[in-house]
Amino acid sequence: MYAFTFQRPTTVRQAVNLLAKNEDAKILAGGHSLIPVMKQRLAGPTMLVDLSKVEGIRGIEVGPRSVTIGAMTLHSEVANSAELKQALPALAGVPAGIGDPAVRHRGTIGGSIANNDPNADYPAACLGLGATIITSRRKIPADEFFQGMFTTALEPDEIITKVQFPIPKKAAYEKFKHPASGFALVGVFVARRSSEVRVAVTGAGSNGVFRVPEFEEALAKRFHAKSLEGIAVSPDEMNTDIHASAEYRAHLVAVMTKRAVNAANAGIAMEKQG
Amino acid sequence: MVAVSMTVNGKAVSADVDPRTLLVQYLREHLRLTGTHIGCDTSQCGACVVHINGKATKSCTNFAWQWEGAQVTTIEGLADPNGPLHPMQEAFRENHGLQCGYCTPGMIMTAVDMVNRKGHDLDDKTIRHELEGNICRCTGYHNIVKAIAAGAKAMESTSGQGSGDKLQAAE
Repeated sequence: MYAFTFQRPTTVRQAVNLLAKNEDAKILAGGHSLIPVMKQRLAGPTMLVDLSKVEGIRGIEVGPRSVTIGAMTLHSEVANSAELKQALPALAGVPAGIGDPAVRHRGTIGGSIANNDPNADYPAACLGLGATIITSRRKIPADEFFQGMFTTALEPDEIITKVQFPIPKKAAYEKFKHPASGFALVGVFVARRSSEVRVAVTGAGSNGVFRVPEFEEALAKRFHAKSLEGIAVSPDEMNTDIHASAEYRAHLVAVMTKRAVNAANAGIAMEKQG
Repeated sequence: MVAVSMTVNGKAVSADVDPRTLLVQYLREHLRLTGTHIGCDTSQCGACVVHINGKATKSCTNFAWQWEGAQVTTIEGLADPNGPLHPMQEAFRENHGLQCGYCTPGMIMTAVDMVNRKGHDLDDKTIRHELEGNICRCTGYHNIVKAIAAGAKAMESTSGQGSGDKLQAAE
């Protein structure tokens, strides 16, 4: 690991200033993505800005039409929130399936979203639910936030403070886990809102999380797995690696979408996958 | 260098360390508490699990300075060194829940955390699922699962033992 210094600001403004003044500074949230890449010397920040003491960016607020989650809220806190399980069980189920219990005690929603790992679960939930990413300077719709593998709309001195999720009529997340890592080989978040149906896919795309307009259109007409029959997803933009070919991933996108639609219709929370 | 102070196994400790020092290195190299192991060093194997403020955490993926002022419990702190083993340790011994022993400290710290969160009546499915982040390459897990089920029950009947950790879990 390369040497670094660290700062522990207590306000968002202090944290932003530190980032603005130190070009090679990086934010430390739960550290379970950043510390491993620092060990591999794939990242070499000269300064870490630890957000653990920043006030007002942790916790879950359930409102009548939306749920707001602070960026530093742990996976274990989101997964175990009784209020959230009631209001939006599909979202509570997402972190329940990330990593393992010890990882869920450290990982944060803001860290996961800011990192935008192409196999991460939270980006699918944000895009699928049509979330709004609230930062130190603006509100960014999920459709604009995720811009490709490990790439987001965030400026270097911009910090996610909260994520706001509109509560849909129905939603579910289904994930085909890599059997060793537990990461999503393909994960599909489906949400039926009064205005639209959204289908967001993680793990499969070579540019990170993406939506499937042809599925959304078919499901908007009738929200049933049968509506997807005969519609194929092109493997052109899918990942290929030793674990799965692009064709297999494209196939899984359809399978997991159908499962998610069935689960959403049955009102099944994702926790069984957790 | 940075001074890092915390409470480890009920004792106030302090050391001047490089900011790069991981919690597991702080424990092993500065405090000489070598019961916490380093297996994969990539937060997958669970050999380094300790309790920070009562919650199971992989000490290889935390910097020591992040836990300034925290309460940390390692495998050495589960039971009084001059008294009997913690019920979970005893259950591992009784059920032969180990072979080479390398993963055992992490297994036991994870198991105690599991009981703190999930209670004393743990079925096989729950235990195996909860053990997702702890890898054993010897046993095939069968006896570890048996040991955790038995240890969970034993912790109920001997509640009060290892209570330092339980108090932290309530935070």
